[in-house]
Amino acid sequence: MYVVVAGGGEVGFHLAKALIEAGHEVMVIESDRRRSQWIEERLGSVVLNAPADEGRYQLEAGCQRADAVLAVTGEDAKNLVICQLARYNCGPLGRVIARVNDPKNEIVFKTLGIQETVSSTRVLMNVIEQELPTGGFLPLMPLTGSHLELIEAEIAAGSPASGKAVRALKLPDGALIGGIVRGGKIVPGVGEAVLETGDRVIVFSPTAVEADVRKALFG
Amino acid sequence: MKVLIVGSGRVGATLAGVLSDEGHDVTIVDVERASFAHLPAGFKGTTYLGNGADLDVLRQVGIDEVDWFLALTQGDNRNLMAAQIAKEIFGVKRVIAKVNDPIRAEIYREKGIPTLSRTTILAVLLRAMLLEEPEVGEVLMERTLALEKRLTGEQAPAPPWVTAKR
Repeated sequence: MYVVVAGGGEVGFHLAKALIEAGHEVMVIESDRRRSQWIEERLGSVVLNAPADEGRYQLEAGCQRADAVLAVTGEDAKNLVICQLARYNCGPLGRVIARVNDPKNEIVFKTLGIQETVSSTRVLMNVIEQELPTGGFLPLMPLTGSHLELIEAEIAAGSPASGKAVRALKLPDGALIGGIVRGGKIVPGVGEAVLETGDRVIVFSPTAVEADVRKALFG
Repeated sequence: MKVLIVGSGRVGATLAGVLSDEGHDVTIVDVERASFAHLPAGFKGTTYLGNGADLDVLRQVGIDEVDWFLALTQGDNRNLMAAQIAKEIFGVKRVIAKVNDPIRAEIYREKGIPTLSRTTILAVLLRAMLLEEPEVGEVLMERTLALEKRLTGEQAPAPPWVTAKR
């Protein structure tokens, strides 16, 4: 894959490093000259010392043949414009992904045409919520290019779903149990599978009916 | 009109003062308190400390009822983001973003976000002054001089190519 990384800060540098180590071709666009040199000393000639929010430098970085453009500066407004300009300048390129620093800008970016965003705040929140004993209902991630999401739900003792067969659950239309994680193994989420306390259920669901999935599993 | 201006730099603060003087209901937002020092003495509008590209801040200052929205910070990207939020999310009818990079200004204008680039405006005006092309700069120059007079209270002589016309 060829990936253009817009912004050579901490995130951009480590991302580029990891991508190169995984065998991908990378170009980092970084406006600060000293930072650019610093990255080149470590990663080789993979840096374009220029502002990433100007179309001509995106083109110079070869964004037309890129499989992905990742905007990872520390400034949301800049990441938005980098992504919008990449869509405008670089032709029908692969994926355009923005780092979003303020989680509430995820919805702003989506409304303004940038569908794929990554919020480090939200990622960390998800990790922390996974560790929390209560709740047990965790929307894991949206599925790209759809209005679907992946949900993980833990069947607690006393949950109305405990002891019930999958087919007996009142799951909303379009929602599907993909698998049941039990004792470190995957049990297929077929109709006759009976849920047990401590099971973690992986559900594919339309985002709009998330609340109904919760109700079906937790009452 | 109810006017929301984001960015209290020289341009934003001057415009806020002028529109407020003319009787408009002006709110001006900036992330730095010190920026409000650019506002003229006796500014009658509202100042609000916060990020003008933040949904919560914009709701707080009543963007739902705003007629005109101007994004005039020193950052092109911040202006473009704020203006797009105002137009696409809150449906403000009249939105303008100051974008000093002429290329970005053009691209977003095509996308339906009215932009203006101080860079090109100044370049066009300076060229008109040099070549003494009154038809280009006349109105703009007259208004500019009138505004400066209003701001300073002083009489500035008009350049010959403004007075010696037609």
